[in-house]
Amino acid sequence: MLSLLAAEGPSVPEVFDLVWLIPAIMASSFAFILFFAKRLKIQAHWIGIPAVTACFIFSLVIAANWIGYTHDVADSHSAESHSSDSKSEDGDHSDEEGVGASDESAAPFVNAEDVVVTQCGSDSHGDDHGDDHSDEGDHSDGEAFGAGETAMGADLELAVSEEGEEGHSSPCPVINEVTWFENGGSAAEGGSDIKIGTFVDGQSVMLLVVVTFISMLVHIYSTDYVNGDRRYTHYFAFLSLFTASMLFMVLSSSTIQLIVGWELVGVCSFALIGHWWEEKPNSDAALKAFLTNRVGDIGLLVGMIILYFAAGKTFSIATINEMAVSGEISQNTLLVAGLFLMGAVMSKSGQFVLHTWLPDAMAGPTPVSALIHAATMVVAGVYLIGRLYAVFFIGFGIDGGTLNAMALIGGITCAMAGLLAFVQNDIKKVLAYSTVSQLGYMVLALGVGAYTAAMFHLFTHAIFKACLFLGAGSVSHACHHSFDMKADMGGLRKYMPKTFWTFMIASGALAGMPPLAGFWSKDEILVGAGAFPGTGGNGTFTIPFIFGMAAAAMTAGYMTRVIWLTFFGDYRGDTTPHESGPRITTPLIILAIGSVFAGFLNVPKQLPLIGSKIGLTFEEWVEPAGVSTFPIIDHGKPSLGLAILATGFGMAAIVVVWQYYKKLYSIDRKATEYTSHWADKNGLLKAGHTMLVEKYYLDHLYTDTIAGGTKGPLARGTYWFNQNVLDGIVNTAGKSATVAGRFIYKYIDQGAIDGSVNGAGAGAASWGQALRRIQSGKVRSYASLMFGAAAMLAAVFIIAV
Amino acid sequence: MENAFLQDWGITLMVFLPLVGALIMMAIPGSREEDHKLVAFVTSIVTAAVGFWLVIDFWNLGKSEWANLHYTVDKNWISVIDARYLVAVDGISIPLIALTLLVVPLVLIYSWNHIPNPGNPKAFLMLILVLHTGMLGSFVAQDLVLFFVFFEVVLLPMYFMIGVWGGDDRLYASIKFFLYTLFGSALMLVSFLALYWVTGSETFTMQGLAAGVETNDVKLGTQVLIFGGMFLGFGIKVPMFPFHTWLPDAHTQAPTQGSVILAAVLLKLGTYGFIRIAIQILPEAAIEWAPWIGLLAVIGIIYGALGCLAQTDMKRLIAFSSVAHMGYVMLGIATLTDFGMNAAIFGMVAHGLITGMLFFIAGSVKDRYHTLEIKRLGGLLVQAPKMGWILGFCVMASLGLPGLAGFWGEFPAILAAYQPNGNLPVGLFRVYMVIAAIGTVLAAGYLLWLLQRTAFGTPSEEFEDDPEIHDMVLTEWIAWVPLLVLIVLFGFVPNIIFDLTDGAVTGFADAITDAAAGK
Amino acid sequence: MFLNQFLIFAAVLFCIGVYGVLTRKNGVLVLMSIELILNAVNINLVAFGAYNSDIGGQVFALFIIAVAAAEVGVGLAIVLLIYRNRRSIDVSEADLLKG
Repeated sequence: MLSLLAAEGPSVPEVFDLVWLIPAIMASSFAFILFFAKRLKIQAHWIGIPAVTACFIFSLVIAANWIGYTHDVADSHSAESHSSDSKSEDGDHSDEEGVGASDESAAPFVNAEDVVVTQCGSDSHGDDHGDDHSDEGDHSDGEAFGAGETAMGADLELAVSEEGEEGHSSPCPVINEVTWFENGGSAAEGGSDIKIGTFVDGQSVMLLVVVTFISMLVHIYSTDYVNGDRRYTHYFAFLSLFTASMLFMVLSSSTIQLIVGWELVGVCSFALIGHWWEEKPNSDAALKAFLTNRVGDIGLLVGMIILYFAAGKTFSIATINEMAVSGEISQNTLLVAGLFLMGAVMSKSGQFVLHTWLPDAMAGPTPVSALIHAATMVVAGVYLIGRLYAVFFIGFGIDGGTLNAMALIGGITCAMAGLLAFVQNDIKKVLAYSTVSQLGYMVLALGVGAYTAAMFHLFTHAIFKACLFLGAGSVSHACHHSFDMKADMGGLRKYMPKTFWTFMIASGALAGMPPLAGFWSKDEILVGAGAFPGTGGNGTFTIPFIFGMAAAAMTAGYMTRVIWLTFFGDYRGDTTPHESGPRITTPLIILAIGSVFAGFLNVPKQLPLIGSKIGLTFEEWVEPAGVSTFPIIDHGKPSLGLAILATGFGMAAIVVVWQYYKKLYSIDRKATEYTSHWADKNGLLKAGHTMLVEKYYLDHLYTDTIAGGTKGPLARGTYWFNQNVLDGIVNTAGKSATVAGRFIYKYIDQGAIDGSVNGAGAGAASWGQALRRIQSGKVRSYASLMFGAAAMLAAVFIIAV
Repeated sequence: MENAFLQDWGITLMVFLPLVGALIMMAIPGSREEDHKLVAFVTSIVTAAVGFWLVIDFWNLGKSEWANLHYTVDKNWISVIDARYLVAVDGISIPLIALTLLVVPLVLIYSWNHIPNPGNPKAFLMLILVLHTGMLGSFVAQDLVLFFVFFEVVLLPMYFMIGVWGGDDRLYASIKFFLYTLFGSALMLVSFLALYWVTGSETFTMQGLAAGVETNDVKLGTQVLIFGGMFLGFGIKVPMFPFHTWLPDAHTQAPTQGSVILAAVLLKLGTYGFIRIAIQILPEAAIEWAPWIGLLAVIGIIYGALGCLAQTDMKRLIAFSSVAHMGYVMLGIATLTDFGMNAAIFGMVAHGLITGMLFFIAGSVKDRYHTLEIKRLGGLLVQAPKMGWILGFCVMASLGLPGLAGFWGEFPAILAAYQPNGNLPVGLFRVYMVIAAIGTVLAAGYLLWLLQRTAFGTPSEEFEDDPEIHDMVLTEWIAWVPLLVLIVLFGFVPNIIFDLTDGAVTGFADAITDAAAGK
Repeated sequence: MFLNQFLIFAAVLFCIGVYGVLTRKNGVLVLMSIELILNAVNINLVAFGAYNSDIGGQVFALFIIAVAAAEVGVGLAIVLLIYRNRRSIDVSEADLLKG
């Protein structure tokens, strides 16, 4: 059932058919660890690490194939710039005409004049159900996902002229699906097929590599970090399960599969945050994470449901995107769905106001924080937006010249979280707020239409933030598992140089110092906002841009604070810190190297020396330009001025913060509390500081007011209602029945009915009693009675006659 | 084609074998407890063997045949009132029959060393077997009188199980259960009789009555009234808000086995009745009632969840969660769509497995701690780690985690509410949809809260060194593992059930669409 | 009137008999009083028979005399038995039929 691309087009690498193996390997690793590791007395990491390494290597193979495939497609497009009437080999895409027609009419978003649009013929399209591969539906057993394969590829070119830097052509996503279940009959019978499968495109391949890479390093790191833990086996089992679920989600071909993966990673996150569940704060944090995400999941469920119906009862991501691009789904519907989905994004990716769980999630083991709560799971929201980018892009009117909710939320998040990071003393919490802030960046980028910049930032951020978290773990490993920067750290650079240098590099990357990774990705986002003169925008996104700039400076500031408190000054703890072992430092070094070089994957083409050769390679690989499942987006023009300005802000922040702490600690070099606090001097500043320390009072609102209110008065009130009103009615009914029964028994049954019966008996008895006196037994009295009676009778007789 | 033997005898044998077992047990003196356990268990296994043979044979008929009734046996029964012994199965009943066939042997295995006070396994196990017959019979009966008889047969053993083997407040609970349900069935019977007279079709078979309603053009008002009677009868059994108050009491007081059977199978009689009887026979009235059913369903979802949050007793909490979960099932039914009803049946099976499991765990916790007060528990994961993990697993399944069975009862029901069938008010149902989605948050809230306070943390002082608290025992493993495996299996391969039910349900949904179009 | 004297005589005799039955305690006297009542009836029968020239009256009187003889036999036997049991023939003491 292999349906290929057009005959003359490049063929889809067959290895994509096997991509389902990646999550499957991790899932079996989980099952094996859970059920057999202890029994066979194998240490769990001997299962987990080989599995995740295999996945990583496989992901690299997939990535290489994808890159090759993108180049082939791009080449074939530039080579054959003639209109091709290619058909897919099945030749049964009866719906092609419909799609084609509607596509041409979708004027605002598909500018057919100068852009090549590759029509990714999705197989079941809206209301016209083709005779597609529903016969594959029964293969769900054993044959797994490779069976029902429908490569997207009715390669229909609408227009041929190709020009400018926008002109690169990407391949359609490669989709392999099987029917999971049917509803209302198969699609051919007017029902809908719910499918599950793999969806290989630039975005998912990029995430595959990132997830497996970070996961592998975290696995290795954990062997030392959680060595001797009370639940070592469970820890690794859940790492495996998490990786499997994350990969499962990343490869989703349908929104319902995405929901499944989304929730599964949430559960793994829950289990790993609560890894040390003996202590209540940990389980509280786990609960908070799960429940906050559940709140967002309302949006996810509802949004996906709206899209399901809008796209003609299908969960297929490709179809939904395609119909969004072609205008078959109205913008209003997309907007509503998009807003609901934003709820999910806000909870999962820690956007302001639903971000509060993320800092608390630091209760989990540090490698988990690095993997789940920095590099991978929390970007699921960003991933979701990217996956359904057409929905958001058109729904929110991202190119429509108005400010949209997504850009605003992202902007607010990155600034607000950046501020919060300044007042944390727990090193992991600073990093957590930094993660929130950076996620805000990504959402901002997506909100302003800078898709590639967002994905690129996701990519680089995963690397340097993982490095930072693992570094923080290494630091705390050295300081008796404390994360308190003020009380237990300081001056650590002398004791742990490897950790120090890797941490410095990653911080530099985070702060956007050129030429480290973060500089390039952050710069692209700021460019993408298009608010800076010369970046090609119209100033619509000035507000998010200002937030972004501020956050850039803040990032540099709070990272300087972390570095100063941790590595500079004098050591304030009471033990002797030591450098961590090689299993901890090696991942750090690898990630630090990554933090240096990852940025070069997507430098602007205009960059001297290397720009023309390696410029925008990431964009070519990841951004699906010119395919019918993706909107046409404008790219900002890189601006040297902006780069200098942003870097300047960052530098300035570093200098200011550095000087401040240097001065602060010059008074008492071992102070664990600040001796003179700037905020104490000014009432307004103090209020602001308190506001930050209290985290904008959001936790109070959620925990005390909302959760407490639900659990307390509301739940109790409901239960009171249940017990007293509803049950009261029932019991009253029962009781009044009893009372009525008693009344009837007493007065009617016993009184009237039984009374008359008894009365008859009693009357007979009393009459008998009276009459028995005559019965003297004396014959003479009988005789006299008889005589008297006869005499009376005679008298009567005589009188009467 | 159906196997010839099964065609003639399969259903009858399956339904009445437990009764035969109970009769055999009657002949054995009560002091021979081991013999009783053996006989009861063997009976249930033989029943399951026959039953699953039937199920597999049905499966082999192929997907296109699952929509139709098979293994039909049609014999005169009480000719005076035109009641027939008409039994048959289709894709809707098969999952529920399989669930019953599975749960009862597991309950009997669990009973091996968990006979509740005051003992007397003979009577206890005989009651379970009688229940077994009643439940299976209800799912195969295609004649209303026959259905009613089986429906009522279920009632009495349950009453005795709660009343004799129950907790401290058992008398109140059992009488409440009995009267409540009896009240419902009385109205239901009135409805059945009304149908008989109104259609004048001189039959009590469901198909016959459905056809009768259509051909006789029964007035809508009459239909609505008749549906109302059934609504009360089935709604109490489900139980729907506000008729649910018997459930927490019955569950809390019932012995573990009773709770499991009650949750796993008995509640499904109500929802099954809605689909099989009420909607099939009276599609037009169903459209009239659907918004109200939907309303009560979503109220039940939120209300049940809030009720859960206020509980201090583990078993009572689980009982209340049934109200919420059955709310999703009823919401699915109220949409009258194929997806919704598919979800409803899936939800029934999933709820049976998951809540059954939770009651098993609650029973085992009670055996060890002699209390189910959440405040006094804690640290189950420390003292009985395997049981703790299983509790965690079931909690996740119960809150509708995708990848486990509970999700497929919940999500599609919510989804179906977006676009209800039969010209139902779309806006209203979308409101229901959002409320139901909010219910999932509350579900996560109370279940995780339960998990946190019972499983997490460290054991309280009073139980710290209690030698009675131990991890799982063999009978628990045997009874629980099949349920756990199925929860995962159905979670990942939902089409096992969806395929079975889809055909038949689509037929019902189409009938609704036609009815709406005909108005 | 020829008949009237007989009837009055019979009525007087009947009344004496009744009086004897009701007032005498001695069982034998009671029996004798019953004999008087029966004879009053006999007189009536004979008188009516003669008055109507019908032989039936005399025949009935003869029957009654025979029955009265039997009755006295039975009655005396009863009195004798009462006497044997109670050493008295006072009929007011014989109240075995008392209810």
